[in-house]
Amino acid sequence: MRPYLREKAPAAFDEIPEFPSYEAGFLTTKNAGWRNFRPIIDTKKCKGCMQCYLYCPDGVISEKDGKAAVDYDFCKGCGICRKICKFNAIEMEAEI
Amino acid sequence: MNALSKDEFFYGHKACAGCGGSLAVRIALKALGERSIAVLPAGCMSAVGFNFPQLCFGNNAIISTFAGTASMLTGIRAGLKAKGIEDVQTVGFAGDGGTADIGLQALSGAIDRNDDILYICYDNEAYMNTGIQKSSLTPFGAKTTTTPAGKNIHGNMRPKKNMFEIAAAHGIPYAATASVGYINDFISKVKKASGIKGTKYIHVIAPCPTGWGISTDETVEIAKEAVDCGTWYLAEFENGEFRLNFRPKEFSDIGEYLKKQSRFRHLTDEDIKIIENSRNAKWEFIDNNFKK
Amino acid sequence: MARKFLSGNEAFAEGIRLARPEVISAYPITPQTIVVERLSEMVEDGSLNSEFIHVESEHSALSCAMGASAVGARAFTATSSQGLLYMAECLVYASGGRFPIVMMNANRSTALPWNIYGDQRDSLALLDSGWIQAYAENAQEALDLALMSYYIAENKNVSTPFMANLDGFVLTHTYEAVDVPEQDAADKFLPPFETENKLDLSKPKNMAFSAGPASNYIFKYKEHLGLLNAAAVINEAEEKFYKIFGRKYPGLIEKYLTDDAEYILITLGSISGLVKDVTDELREKGGKVGMIRIRYMRPFPNKEIAETVKNAKAAAVLEKDISFGNEGTVFTNVNSALKKSGVNIPVSDHIGGLGGQDISRADIENIFKNMKKGLSDVNFIGIGGDRP
Repeated sequence: MRPYLREKAPAAFDEIPEFPSYEAGFLTTKNAGWRNFRPIIDTKKCKGCMQCYLYCPDGVISEKDGKAAVDYDFCKGCGICRKICKFNAIEMEAEI
Repeated sequence: MNALSKDEFFYGHKACAGCGGSLAVRIALKALGERSIAVLPAGCMSAVGFNFPQLCFGNNAIISTFAGTASMLTGIRAGLKAKGIEDVQTVGFAGDGGTADIGLQALSGAIDRNDDILYICYDNEAYMNTGIQKSSLTPFGAKTTTTPAGKNIHGNMRPKKNMFEIAAAHGIPYAATASVGYINDFISKVKKASGIKGTKYIHVIAPCPTGWGISTDETVEIAKEAVDCGTWYLAEFENGEFRLNFRPKEFSDIGEYLKKQSRFRHLTDEDIKIIENSRNAKWEFIDNNFKK
Repeated sequence: MARKFLSGNEAFAEGIRLARPEVISAYPITPQTIVVERLSEMVEDGSLNSEFIHVESEHSALSCAMGASAVGARAFTATSSQGLLYMAECLVYASGGRFPIVMMNANRSTALPWNIYGDQRDSLALLDSGWIQAYAENAQEALDLALMSYYIAENKNVSTPFMANLDGFVLTHTYEAVDVPEQDAADKFLPPFETENKLDLSKPKNMAFSAGPASNYIFKYKEHLGLLNAAAVINEAEEKFYKIFGRKYPGLIEKYLTDDAEYILITLGSISGLVKDVTDELREKGGKVGMIRIRYMRPFPNKEIAETVKNAKAAAVLEKDISFGNEGTVFTNVNSALKKSGVNIPVSDHIGGLGGQDISRADIENIFKNMKKGLSDVNFIGIGGDRP
């Protein structure tokens, strides 16, 4: 479980709740546009130790087939994962 | 790592890249699991997490007034008790200003009543959400937008308030210090706190790249270095006793730690000496009063 | 039903006991203290099953009540004067969050100069905070309001916090014979608190969030509707209350001898008892006089007031507050009500009772006399007429 993107954001009068309380984990926008650099995981070097997952402030790294994988919709490109990685398995690539 | 839920409870938030506070909140919630209710006062984490219709907490979460983190936690706990619900963690995440300044009275009241809550202060050492103004947890010498560094005054001239020992002085069942640079230590303290009845206080250093003047990928390193150079320490208070969890064999260079951060870049050698002396005095106190 | 000799504070506490709040948080302040003392005794002796939280300030009292309400628990707090002002931030938070908390306010003067006696500047200064505001006349009404307050506040179309005001000392500390209902009857009247507006472990929520310009005004409009909806629910509550307890209440305003009245004095709170006496005396002498007692300042009884005074020759407002630099707050609201309904009669404002100043029979007679002169000005009782 994690908060996820919805297809439609409530906007019209009747869609706005009566009270300022709403479904938890309701996302309507991505954070991908914030990124200047994108972390690229070299799956050959990655040992699946998942230290990058542990220290990611955005929680966008998960394990996929024993290796780290990034959710680029929400990665902001801070680069903490690259610095944490003991195996130099992560490179930061400039976004164009 | 196995102690953590696979679920992500703080996701899609709009915190700055490399934010230490968001790392602390994310990890603590993963340690506490889905049956936790989070209270966040007005501040960074609520501002970046709760912008309707972008709601970034996967678990139950609510914004409190700036001063009201602890008092709202108390009310939630009391309401749950009245409803006969016991197996829920009620956790607060407040920043340094929300804890040591405006929220201190309510926090003191909650500890005094021994309300069954976990209060986590993510300390980024200034009012970051409003643009880096001094709080009572801003360290000596730090430049903020209200403690400018000039010819006459070299940034903040007051030392950091000791919230850990203030919490302990209440006779709290459990208090601890932590750093996002030592995340496993933080996780085990959150886990431990979640099993203790009564009020728990964890003070975690959570660097802010924007406010500290470091690059976004240095958050974890600098948080580790704060512990390694001895300006911060990892300790616990339990059963009326202080316990030190980790003593660096040799302190790393304090000047180097400071100069990496633009908020300290103006400091003179004498200023650094003052910081070094105050670190040494603190460690003398720790060595004399904390169990190993 | 038991008949007991109770002060206003004690009567209110009895009403709250009957409403079974699950969480009570309170901080002491004169003249509210008796309410929380009695409630803590009830918790101690087991007649009330409630979490009693000794908070360290009024701000925390209301913040705590909001936390309880946010998990669907019925919450109560009480305060007065400086305490009410100290928790002001939480007042707007509770109404914006749509938490149907009930709070008793013992109306008391606000500093400076310090003063512990009754006037209504405290609650009226917070008239715009989004709470339902009721003003009791006597101890029986105080008890009944305590019970009705939750019925009204918790209605899902209302979901708005409720402030019940009792004049400090004059009402909070004066003893009267009061009918105290039985718990069974109270339970028949007041259902348990149910709401969608809560943190829910099976369906997690994010609450009390930020809303930017795209939706903020819609939330605020819905909050406004909630308060307007309270008017109908107040009537519904009073009808049900009458059926169960046999005591009738007249809605947003109480009319006293207004049907054929040419001169009508509009007031609120406990002073209306004395106004009724004076009205009776003047009636005996042939004066066509009457009184309106405003029971609810929010929602404001615009139509009810205009409808009642439209055939009068003049009206006056007697109130225990002043919006410095302008006029009494009640006066402003009354004039707006009349203007909107096209009622064009002279209305004067009479400010009295500040800091516990005595308002005498003669003062009230004078107001009726002055009404006949057709003046529309602001008068301070006890301050000479030649002063500006």
